[in-house]
Amino acid sequence: MTVATWATLAALGAFHGLNPAMGWLFAVARGLQERSRMALLRSLLPIAAGHLASVGIVAALVTATRSVTASTALAVVGGVVLVAFGLWRLLSERHFRWAGMRLSAAQLAGWSFLMSSAHGAGLMLLPVLVAEPVPGGHSGHLTAAPVGALPGLAAAGVHTVAMLGTALVIAMLVYQVFGVGVLRRAWFNVDRLWAGVLVAAGLVTLIRA
Amino acid sequence: MTRWTPDPTFYPSPREAVTAPAEKLAYVAAFDRTASRPDAIVVLDTDPDSPDYGSVVGWTDLPHLGDELHHFGWNACSSALCPTAPHPHVERRYLIVPGLRSSRIHVLDTQPDPRQPQVIKVIGPEELAKRAGYSRPHTVHCGPDGIYLSALGGADGAEGPGGIAILDHTTFEVRGAWEADRGPQFLAYDVWWHLTQDVLVTSEWGTPSMIEDGIIGELLLGRRYGHAIHFWDLAKRRHVQRVDLGDQYQMPLELRPAHDPTKSYGFVGVVISVEDLSASIWLWHRDGDAWAVTKVIDIPAEPADPADLPDLLKPFGAVPPLVTDIDLSVDDRFLYVSCWGTGELRQYDVSDPLHPVQTGSVHLGGIVRRTAHPSAPDEALAGGPQMVEVSRDGRRVYVSNSLYGAWDDQFYPDGVGAWLAKLDVDVDAGGLTPDERFFPHGDEFRGLRVHQTRLQGGDASSDSYCFP
Repeated sequence: MTVATWATLAALGAFHGLNPAMGWLFAVARGLQERSRMALLRSLLPIAAGHLASVGIVAALVTATRSVTASTALAVVGGVVLVAFGLWRLLSERHFRWAGMRLSAAQLAGWSFLMSSAHGAGLMLLPVLVAEPVPGGHSGHLTAAPVGALPGLAAAGVHTVAMLGTALVIAMLVYQVFGVGVLRRAWFNVDRLWAGVLVAAGLVTLIRA
Repeated sequence: MTRWTPDPTFYPSPREAVTAPAEKLAYVAAFDRTASRPDAIVVLDTDPDSPDYGSVVGWTDLPHLGDELHHFGWNACSSALCPTAPHPHVERRYLIVPGLRSSRIHVLDTQPDPRQPQVIKVIGPEELAKRAGYSRPHTVHCGPDGIYLSALGGADGAEGPGGIAILDHTTFEVRGAWEADRGPQFLAYDVWWHLTQDVLVTSEWGTPSMIEDGIIGELLLGRRYGHAIHFWDLAKRRHVQRVDLGDQYQMPLELRPAHDPTKSYGFVGVVISVEDLSASIWLWHRDGDAWAVTKVIDIPAEPADPADLPDLLKPFGAVPPLVTDIDLSVDDRFLYVSCWGTGELRQYDVSDPLHPVQTGSVHLGGIVRRTAHPSAPDEALAGGPQMVEVSRDGRRVYVSNSLYGAWDDQFYPDGVGAWLAKLDVDVDAGGLTPDERFFPHGDEFRGLRVHQTRLQGGDASSDSYCFP
């Protein structure tokens, strides 16, 4: 992968980390409930793990399948899915509630996984992953799939580290410096932007295909 | 109804909500006891700088007859900032207005003209019955994931169990019953929660047949009305614990949990003790892993000449206080207690919730006293302070005088009238003073009785906060 690819993955990670709905707000709430910065920090790790799982599955699938199937078909299908999903997110106002506020680390990771999946966090990486050249050598052989998934997992890892870093910085700033009052003024509608990015990612994928 | 920035009336914490600007308008549920004219949502001007201050400036008739509007609430509130289902870009815009007698649920849009709300949807009783199995919808709360609506009765004429229906946030359709396992719970009334602790609390009144034709003396003396509160797992929707107050304490109604989400206590008002006609306030609190209740306020009955009393009370020679509503200021400092029988609103400092200290009292109306409002000293008032609503900053308290059609008639047989008063609060020392400029009453309400008040932008009993 190129430097630009890694940078894009990290930038998308930062974008995901920025979204309060992806978990940093949950971490801040738990920190404030228990009046403990440690509670905040302890919450962010399972949240990042859940996000990694959600993004990792998509990324691994994409890179693994790409090494065994025609890339154009994948890109077209992926692009269409992205655009449709982005439009659905844009138009849908439904919100799911999977869990309460009192969660174990495992439940928190599960919540984060569902939240990321429902928002199509992994799908957003599609144009980056599809743009990558097919790994040479065993193209067309199913045995290549496990190896082919590795770049995807690496991509998800880089993405998640950027996501966690951003979430950590924002969560700490809100917890220590600004206070939650800043939410009222600074919380712009990430959901709409998010949906827009999904649509854009889909279009980019389709054009490149 | 999605915004780019959060609805400005949402606050992450009660600490910040008390800094909210003062309400300019109040919405009041008004009903026609004879069911020959439509019930209405009445809009009052609460802006002291307005020439119309204290008067009716808007009126929305409902489309049907005989609803008996009672409690109502907003579609969305500060709970939309909660992290489990964060979506603060919805608007606090729609009023969810149930008819307690008709089981119809109305959705009113307060935009574009907040003084003229428009009915945009009516959910028939058959939909509530079919989808949730309930009737007689009562309390409305804007939850993070949907609208919670308690209901007193069962579907298709069944007396119960009553419970909670969930309404979709955006379509306002009835999604279904909330309970996954109700345990021993059968009677229903109020519902609220400790949102961040995954705890939901419910209280008990009676089944439809126990209330709709008035209070039934034999049932009351037989201790058959509700006398317990219930604790639930809010996330799993399961009954956790029933806490019995003792069967002499009939009708624990309004639930007021601490607004501070790190606190685990709340207050519940009990209408009447059958042993001495007193009313009481109880505190629920943690007791190890379980919940417990402690009586923290006792309000005795006042002796009276039987000749001055309605039939139901003549044998007792006393006026019961009848605590039918309570409200807790957003800073959790003052608890307001309506004594609808004796015609008094009391203010208690509950900074130490186990040891409330009375800091204020105002008399208006009352079964025997009939205290007049200072701005109309010659008009004896019927009814008493009943529904009480506190502004978010805690500086203003609004009271209206009707309890429930059939019960009004029983306790005030010569007519309950219609009036609404505003009281100013001394937030430093405590204390209450009626505002002489704010006393809409009589003909202003066109013959309808006035029940609950909701304040534009939210009030002390509308919002829940996830951050301390």
